[in-house]
Amino acid sequence: MTAILKNVWLRNALLALIVIVLMAIVNTAAHGAFLQPGNIVQVLRQITYNCILGVGQTFVIITAGIDLSIGSLVSLTGVVMALVANSLHIGGLPLLIVTLLAGLAVGAAAGWVNAVPVVKLNLPPFITTFAMLEVTLGLSYIISGGRPVAVTSNAFEGVGFGSFLGNVTHALHLPSIPMPVIWMIVVIVVASVLLNRTRFGRYVFALGGNEEAARLAGVNVGRVKTLVYVISGMCAAVVGFLYMALFSSGSPQTGTGDELLEAIAAVVVGGTSLMGGQGSIVGTFFGALLIGLLYNAMNLIHVDSYLQKVVLGVVILLAVVLDELRKRYLAKA
Amino acid sequence: MRGIGKSFPGVRALSDVTLTLEAGEVLALVGENGAGKSTLMKILAGAQRADAGTILVDGKEARIESPRDAELLGIGMIYQEFNLVPQLTAIDNIVLGNEPTRGGLIDEATARARAKAVVEELGMDLPLDARPAHLSVGAQQLIEIAKALSRKARIIVMDEPTAALTDREIDALFGIIAKLKAGGAGIIYISHRMEELPKIADRVTVLRDGTAIETRPTAQFPPNEIIRAMVGRPLDAHFPELPAVAADAPAMLQVEHLLRAPAVNDVSFTVRSGEIVGLAGLVGAGRSEIVRAIAGADRVQSGVVRVGGEAIALRGPRDAIDAGIAFITEDRKGQGLVLGMSVRENISLAHLAQFLNREHLIDEKRETQTADKMIGDLSIRTPSPEQLVRNLSGGNQQKVVLAKWLLGKARVFLFDEPTRGIDVAAKAEIYALMLNLLKNGAAIVMVSSELPEVLGMSHRILAIRGGRIVREFARAEATPDAVIAAATGAA
Repeated sequence: MTAILKNVWLRNALLALIVIVLMAIVNTAAHGAFLQPGNIVQVLRQITYNCILGVGQTFVIITAGIDLSIGSLVSLTGVVMALVANSLHIGGLPLLIVTLLAGLAVGAAAGWVNAVPVVKLNLPPFITTFAMLEVTLGLSYIISGGRPVAVTSNAFEGVGFGSFLGNVTHALHLPSIPMPVIWMIVVIVVASVLLNRTRFGRYVFALGGNEEAARLAGVNVGRVKTLVYVISGMCAAVVGFLYMALFSSGSPQTGTGDELLEAIAAVVVGGTSLMGGQGSIVGTFFGALLIGLLYNAMNLIHVDSYLQKVVLGVVILLAVVLDELRKRYLAKA
Repeated sequence: MRGIGKSFPGVRALSDVTLTLEAGEVLALVGENGAGKSTLMKILAGAQRADAGTILVDGKEARIESPRDAELLGIGMIYQEFNLVPQLTAIDNIVLGNEPTRGGLIDEATARARAKAVVEELGMDLPLDARPAHLSVGAQQLIEIAKALSRKARIIVMDEPTAALTDREIDALFGIIAKLKAGGAGIIYISHRMEELPKIADRVTVLRDGTAIETRPTAQFPPNEIIRAMVGRPLDAHFPELPAVAADAPAMLQVEHLLRAPAVNDVSFTVRSGEIVGLAGLVGAGRSEIVRAIAGADRVQSGVVRVGGEAIALRGPRDAIDAGIAFITEDRKGQGLVLGMSVRENISLAHLAQFLNREHLIDEKRETQTADKMIGDLSIRTPSPEQLVRNLSGGNQQKVVLAKWLLGKARVFLFDEPTRGIDVAAKAEIYALMLNLLKNGAAIVMVSSELPEVLGMSHRILAIRGGRIVREFARAEATPDAVIAAATGAA
């Protein structure tokens, strides 16, 4: 057993086997509906938004911080982008790009404001981003007048519910791949490269592992910290953009539900440590996927929706406990 | 402890170690880093479990599976890194986990009485209402000892208790150890300082590579034989011979009127290429603060630092690094290393720009090659560059810190306690590295609390007191007495 737990490949193989068996059981219970390609794509589509939020959150959490403002930022950036889109007299791709850039700017600015008190005064990010949660939500309601802002242009339909290379997948009798899923994949790839292959990414880990050692090694600690909140804000803006495109409107209520907590859950289930210093983007994706599959499976086999919440909570706890036990086991062996 | 064995992944930490401690004696436990001292003591304290062997207390077999078990058996452990809660007072720390209660509330009066009794019994000079954050390292250690005693510890393990103490504090500590002994306690004393052993230990046990090599009464175990038993081979003179500084060697580091009140007061000195300048002084004299200021780790109020004649900006560590200053910090784990990162990642951390490819991504292959080279050059003992630094011994961790700075184009090296807590053989390797740096024209400033080290490894010595340079000694005139006299203000 020790050998299996120590060998990364064997361990992953074992894990995959368990997952496959569980999925087969669920699939049988759901009379084959669970493992339909269409259903899997549906799950991917559902996790897109929380996964992208989780990706931004992963950067913050690796530095031992947290960003509570992301849900409200989805709301604010969505409303701002809807208003910007309506005020411009252009269409097509230029409108798409300008709108997205406007949203990213708002998200980045909010992230920067989040970071300033954390960097300059060493305040806990829990408080500063909590304050930002309230501020951005309030602003979102103020500028929207409390009502959804309908988008007049139809330039966003392709992003919201278009599919990727639709005629190709159709010709191959494959389920069509929704555009948001492609956005998610792009975000994951870019974020993974940023975190694992760049100097900035290395510094994120160093900062979370030992801030003073990083500072004395010449790392501009303030800048790295600021950037992680900016990235988190921009990820929220991307989600705001995708929701706006999906609903053809920017609503102040979008993003204010379970998004924040499920994004953090995806990060934690994905193996990123809240103590900082370790974590991964791919882990966050699988965390989001696991949660998405779980909900989907429970829906298919008609689990009561209140009970679903209980199960999710237990799974989050279980994931963290198992990970901790595994680490201890390995440390001892 | 009988036939103790313990293995970690890939390492056999202890094999068949047997150790006896009598009541009323001090047993010194010595050995190189990685020899197994800490592991053995952690097993005794219940922090780790042995794979083999038994532990007997008062002749009866004892099951020690947790720190709590050890505590109930009267085993008290004083780790090198203290386990105090900085925000609680000395009293609260002493009774922590054993708070006397009355009706469910903490009984402050009894707690105070209990703490006071222990402190007075040993004649400790310890303000009971102060918080550790405001106390010296020596006083914090007294709190740890009092904490152990308040739990009726009869077996007390001290891991390098004097590593961070001033001479006065060491004398006080030895006085307390003598009283504990007289009271019938048995003490296991781990130390790297050979000169302490005759003063404090009744017997000495040498551990090497996880085995107990030899145990003898201290009087029959001279330091050179202890060292030989530790390293398994005789070691020549403690310090290598310092090459003379060339007559025309240029000034490499010039420090002019550096001020950061209250710890650094108008400090000026020059170090030439190929020269080591040692800063001697008591703990708290401002030695570390001087090198920290030069390294940009702390902001200065005024003053100029020049490297190779050019004044550098002192806004932060990056400025100093870019100017060619390397700062090997006193506190490896707290300031020098990211323990959860690999050897490779730690080595490249300060100079990642060297490893970027055309797309500005980190070239891990090149990074690994460089790490491998450093591991070879400095003989860092690690299974691979991917090993987490957390799992290396102190001496090897220090070499990783050095490797990190050797990657750059540094011409000025600031060593703050370069050999604290590392074993004799690793010390010799660090010294050899310093000489190598000199040969390449570097200038070195070294802070050390070990007077022999300062005297043996410096061309010139600056005595520091109250954040000022009170006297400068050429190597020839620097005798221990004279330097201590200057540093304590007796001269």
